[in-house]
Amino acid sequence: MKNPIHPAAASSQAFQIAEIRPIERLFEDDEGRDRLEKALSRYPEKRAALLPMLGYAQERNGWVSDESMEQIAGALDLTPAYVRSVATFYTMYNKHPVGRHFIQVCTCISCHLHEADEVFERFLAETGTRAGEVSEDGKYTVIEAECLGACGFATAVQVNDRYFENVTPDQIPAILDELD
Amino acid sequence: MGYPYSHDLEVNTLLSRHFGDEKARTLEGWKELGGYATLPRALEMEPGAITEVVKESGLRGRGGAGFPTGVKWSFMPQEPTGPHYLCCNADESEPGAFKDREILRWVPHLLIEGCLIAARAIRAEHVYIYVRGEFFPFSRIVTDAVVEAYEAGYVGENILGSGWNCDVTVHIGAGAYIAGEETGLMSSLMGGRAEPWIKPPFPAQAGVFGRPTTVNNVETLAAVPMIVAEGADWYRQWGTEKSPGTKLWCCSGHLVRPGTYELPMGIALKDVIYDVCGGAPNGKKIKAVIPGGSSTAMLTADELDCEGTYEGMAEAGSALGTASPIVMDEDTNIVRAMRRIAQFYAHESCGQCVQCREGTSWTAQLLHRIERGEGSLSDIDTLYHLCEQMTGRTICPLADSVVFPLRSSLDKFRDEYEALIRC
Ligand SMILES: Cc1cc2nc3c(=O)[nH]c(=O)nc-3n(C[C@H](O)[C@H](O)[C@H](O)COP(=O)(O)O)c2cc1C
Ligand code: SF4
Ligand code: FES
Repeated sequence: MKNPIHPAAASSQAFQIAEIRPIERLFEDDEGRDRLEKALSRYPEKRAALLPMLGYAQERNGWVSDESMEQIAGALDLTPAYVRSVATFYTMYNKHPVGRHFIQVCTCISCHLHEADEVFERFLAETGTRAGEVSEDGKYTVIEAECLGACGFATAVQVNDRYFENVTPDQIPAILDELD
Repeated sequence: MGYPYSHDLEVNTLLSRHFGDEKARTLEGWKELGGYATLPRALEMEPGAITEVVKESGLRGRGGAGFPTGVKWSFMPQEPTGPHYLCCNADESEPGAFKDREILRWVPHLLIEGCLIAARAIRAEHVYIYVRGEFFPFSRIVTDAVVEAYEAGYVGENILGSGWNCDVTVHIGAGAYIAGEETGLMSSLMGGRAEPWIKPPFPAQAGVFGRPTTVNNVETLAAVPMIVAEGADWYRQWGTEKSPGTKLWCCSGHLVRPGTYELPMGIALKDVIYDVCGGAPNGKKIKAVIPGGSSTAMLTADELDCEGTYEGMAEAGSALGTASPIVMDEDTNIVRAMRRIAQFYAHESCGQCVQCREGTSWTAQLLHRIERGEGSLSDIDTLYHLCEQMTGRTICPLADSVVFPLRSSLDKFRDEYEALIRC
């Protein structure tokens, strides 16, 4: 199993990463069982492991499919409808596959006061996509995001689990090169 | 050059002393810098005595509302009849705020020590550090620190031989501003949608998992070790009677030196903006400032000579909030900026209350219409009417949050709205 995880850290793994390791049945291998068991050990109620497990599904597959939601529901004694109602509440769980580099451009107020809109447009142009679309080569998806908590370093951009700060439109080709 | 820029004002940096110092992140480095010296002392104190020191220090919650921390702790039952919980609120998502992330990423062990001392004071057996999902790089740093602290015996069973057990778990969110509201946070932590609930029950009565719970902000908890170590009077040498201590200010928008700065409470807002941050770039004039994060009332350039304390900012007609001034220079289109803020709240409303769900999106749409030059004068009256409808009628204060900047922008920059309508 890759990287044994301390129980205290089981619920806090980065789940938007480029190196996905797709899996169909989430809890039928050692890694999945281990993550589930460790997450469950951190809360007095089973249901509380829901966000960590949605995160695990996305960490493995890059998004959270209906099948993943059903498997998580089964593992936590919840209904699939309930799991769906939670998964769709949170913006960070992808309900559709996304590009390997998931690019979120903050266009909220502090970034908006700088060049956020131009940065966003330039990312779309350079990747040849429309907002939310996966590029033909599967590499990129670009979306607008609300405040990323980096307002003093506008424009803030997040690519998977990384921050890029003080981004200006002319830096974008270099950023895309760096991602490859 | 200091972190992130140095400035000329004389201040003792308490929380931010080690910002920018990689060494402070590891347990070994942190101990060399004097870390984890207060925890053993706190373990020898009665929980009530810890609460008393914090109460006397006058520390007020840094999550925005400024509620006295020691008083909040004293609401917790004195004789536990089952588990108590501490939730550390690291959801930081208010537009303009980016201070907690600096604590998370530079001094994670300071936060952990603060969490443990607070947990001891409220007799909690488990601390959940709820970090917003987007903060992956920073939650990873905190997680590594928690694991190190477990391995060194500062967290877990029989902490430092005291017989006291306390776990710490990092829990990461998934993109919902409303998970920062304390009851929303607890709903989310329990595996639900981050929907706030009506109080009562208050968290200290029945919080997360139905048990007595205290929710505190990252910056609040990080201030606890030094207060317990040095005493209430020491902490009170900074700030005012009602707002003691130092505060992290995070300054963004049109500024020469944006960033997070630790400053004594009571500094004038204009000094933060002009002296510390260098005013607006390119010699431009400042038009407006939203002083406490996007949910506080706008001030004009003539209104910045106010005291940076909870009481001082309230007197100036706004709020200290998270001390996150968003600065707009003379070229800023106020209607457009306000529309962008309203769009944030429309996106983040959890949808439980009609006034908020409908009100935030109508507001955003009306502002958009005016911005495009398609508005009418009656739209301004409608916006005022919406402000009325959205104030004090909802489960949580998110609806009110959009009213503060909106109403103040209508009052103070009405000419800009009218100019767009008439053009
Ligand atoms: C809509 C909304 C969002 C909030 N977001 C945060 C947040 O991101 N971080 C935070 O610490 N407090 C936030 N708060 C305040 C919390 O409800 C709570 O008062 C705070 O965490 C208590 O900690 P303190 O007493 O240490 O300030 C928010 C409140 C509201 C109404
Ligand atoms: S005021 Fe808005 S965010 Fe708060 S509970 Fe009501 S709908 Fe949800
Ligand atoms: S407004 Fe862009 S990071 Fe906060």
